[in-house]
Amino acid sequence: MKKFIGFVKKEYYHIIRDPRTLFVLIAMPIAQILLFGYVITNEIKNASIGILDHSKDEITKQISSKILSSGYFKLDASINSEQEIHEAFRKGKIKEVIVFEPHFAEKLKKEGTAKIQIIADASDPNMANLLTNYTEAIIRNYSIAITTQNTQISLITPEVRMLYNPELKGAYMFVPGIIAMLLMLISALMTSISITREKELGTMEVLLASPLNPFTVITGKVTPYLLLSFINACLILLTGYFVFNVPVNGSIILLLAECLLFIFMALSLGILISTATKTQQAAMLISLVVLMLPTILLSGFIFPVENMPLPLQYLCKIMPPKYFINIVRTIMLKGGNLATLWSDTLILFGMSIFFLMVSMRKYKIRLE
Amino acid sequence: MNFVEINNISKSYGTHKALLETSFSVKKGELFGVIGPDGAGKTTLFRILTTLLLADSGSANMAGFDILKDYKKIRQIVGYMPGKFSLYQDLTIEENLAFFATIFGTTIKENYELIKDIYIQIEPFKDRPAGKLSGGMKQKLALSCALIHKPEILILDEPTTGVDAVSRTEFWDLLRRFKEMGITIIVSTPYMDEASLCDRVALMQEGKIMQIDTPANIVKNYKPELLAIKSNNMHDLLVKLREYNLNSQVYLFGQTIHFSSNQTINQSDLNNYLKNNGHTNVEISTSIPTIEDCFLWLMKQHN
Amino acid sequence: MEKEKAITVKNLVKKFGSFVANDNLTFDVYKGEIFGFLGANGAGKTTALKILCGLSSPTSGEINVAGFDVYSETNKIKNNIGYMSQKFSLYEDLTVYENIRFYGGIYGLKLKDIRKRADELIQKLGLTNVRNELLSSIPLGWKQKLAFSVAIFHHPKIVFLDEPTGGVDPVTRREFWDMIYDAAGEGITIMVTTHYMDEAEYCNRVCIMVDGRIEAIGTPSELIKNQNAENMNDVFLQLARKAKQQ
Repeated sequence: MKKFIGFVKKEYYHIIRDPRTLFVLIAMPIAQILLFGYVITNEIKNASIGILDHSKDEITKQISSKILSSGYFKLDASINSEQEIHEAFRKGKIKEVIVFEPHFAEKLKKEGTAKIQIIADASDPNMANLLTNYTEAIIRNYSIAITTQNTQISLITPEVRMLYNPELKGAYMFVPGIIAMLLMLISALMTSISITREKELGTMEVLLASPLNPFTVITGKVTPYLLLSFINACLILLTGYFVFNVPVNGSIILLLAECLLFIFMALSLGILISTATKTQQAAMLISLVVLMLPTILLSGFIFPVENMPLPLQYLCKIMPPKYFINIVRTIMLKGGNLATLWSDTLILFGMSIFFLMVSMRKYKIRLE
Repeated sequence: MNFVEINNISKSYGTHKALLETSFSVKKGELFGVIGPDGAGKTTLFRILTTLLLADSGSANMAGFDILKDYKKIRQIVGYMPGKFSLYQDLTIEENLAFFATIFGTTIKENYELIKDIYIQIEPFKDRPAGKLSGGMKQKLALSCALIHKPEILILDEPTTGVDAVSRTEFWDLLRRFKEMGITIIVSTPYMDEASLCDRVALMQEGKIMQIDTPANIVKNYKPELLAIKSNNMHDLLVKLREYNLNSQVYLFGQTIHFSSNQTINQSDLNNYLKNNGHTNVEISTSIPTIEDCFLWLMKQHN
Repeated sequence: MEKEKAITVKNLVKKFGSFVANDNLTFDVYKGEIFGFLGANGAGKTTALKILCGLSSPTSGEINVAGFDVYSETNKIKNNIGYMSQKFSLYEDLTVYENIRFYGGIYGLKLKDIRKRADELIQKLGLTNVRNELLSSIPLGWKQKLAFSVAIFHHPKIVFLDEPTGGVDPVTRREFWDMIYDAAGEGITIMVTTHYMDEAEYCNRVCIMVDGRIEAIGTPSELIKNQNAENMNDVFLQLARKAKQQ
């Protein structure tokens, strides 16, 4: 035990004596989450829209002025026919077109329902999603207002059509993705680098020639990074909560426990990488390419797994971050508990044990 | 009694044979030197002894422990200083030493007496990171770290390479002191002049041990006649001497040229030959061979 | 007759903050001379060598290398010197020939000249059989000899050798010195640092540095006589020890 504490102390010195790296490790999660947060939830202000009013009655005029006076939108062009819509979009001048069906007020009075079509340029999917959400909200407000005024029940149903990117999923869910990405980065990258650094410096030779057993070396290496990663996970959750109001609907303890499990998995991977590489450079490259890219691309973080071609979907199934991101999303957003997440947790746990076993076996007690 | 026994150890990397059927033994409390240039196989040999590498064939035991079966025991009783400076650059002198003490399950306090003599020299800088020490101080710190667990056998791989002559002499003084405390020391060096500081030496070249003996005996076994020759034009002297007797070895040695041959050389004939070739101030004298002379001669026998 | 000077150093001072690495050095090196630069680790040899190579500028002093001023004409200096150290010499992942061609190219030699001279050099060094082998596969002694040849490939006026023979076997070490003598015979000035004290005796003149100052300068036999010593090793130990006791 004394040996273990001595080892952890040494690792602690390495981390503390390198303030630049430490700063990056602590500041990166916050910087990342702010960056992602603001890139995705861009406030809209005076977005250019067009209105095609087939009806031109009292109510459509009222709705139009409500939308335009909200401060979020400004009218760029009046559009007179369906053909002009595409042309306006192609010129790139406008982001959204609102279409009122003919005899809007009449229909609303007679049938109690009328249709507004909202067409958005979803080549910028996040923006499109935002604009339509805002528009819908304004129309809904108006609809409630007139319903309470009149005794008649009237319903205006906005029909949203996304152009160019029909499926628009998970744009807000960056917090779970960032947690996965950063835990992977810090845990796997930093452990693999810190082990290969000892190989490069030649200190590994002295450690191997000492009675220190591999288990102590590995646990001693991993412990400080486990702590550091855990602090980072908490930092991300706090920033998410206070800056972007990302809620944690489920059990916070379960969430933290799942984070620990994922960190454990990433650390095992880091050790595995370090057993297969000799230089810090190689360890860094492998960590970035083999771990980071799949975490970003093949985990459902940015691109939904459901939309991928079948072979890629199978590939996603063996990516640990996929399960972790799903777990975190379910707990944070849907308030899920272990009853719904046991299978994902079990898979993650199995993967951790597998990587740990392989890396322990591959860890050499001699030089080559 | 043999404390370290090495029998027919061989090791290859691919097609390159690093070590060829090497055998020798070291007695308890002996200061044993392995002398040879880079690529002689010294590091490979030491890594096999410290259980860091597996030999392709052969066996060895240290203090009665087999290097293969009892590698854990050997790691307890051996102090090892690799060729490359291998301490943590960002840790201070004291932190490095404390760390190496802990991993061997001991403390600085417990074995302070042993390292006191060296540690006192570097103690004034104990809060300085190891990376900012001078070459000589680094060497002393590395030695302290290798000694902190009171090893029975000390294995030092080229501890004096790249270190200046003053620090080198100091370092050898320290080694003699540890030898007197009863620690068995195996040390390698490319500097031939350091051989005379060892009890016994093995002269190594290209994976083979050419000779093992005390430095005095190695010199005694040097067969050829050895002349030290000087003249006004040393560079040309080298050329002319090589032409004089094709079966000889002619090498620069400090301010003289060492001329050796298995045949007897008539000094006055040689003197005349040189004078006829335009050399003045020719001085010829018989010389006592150094270990380097012996090494050069052995290299020739082995090729 | 006044001998032609290859390097003149007058009152060279180099400070790093409050630390004085070179304390008022003054010396000359003559054309075609083999000049040994000795000193303990940290005595300031490397610092001085870097200044002379134009890699670092001095704090003060007048320094002239190969006829050029170290403050204003560093590029001209670099074109007229060669440099070789034990650590950085050649590319391990290039072949023998590719290494020569690369260095020839750096110094702006014409490809035709490079080819011709590379062939001559390879033949002279006896490397014909390994001409197209990767450098990593040839023995250390050959590499060191090749590194030296490459350092003087562009016929520099001065060549700086920083511990060129570390770890090399005694035969190769002497062959290496044969090459140094040949180069000096061609008029190349050689400035060399070493930890082998017998090598110090092969130099025409040596300069011993202690704690940033020049403690002694002269021919090896002069120094040995002055210090009442047997050989250069004793001279060095006496001078360096004296400094430590102060």
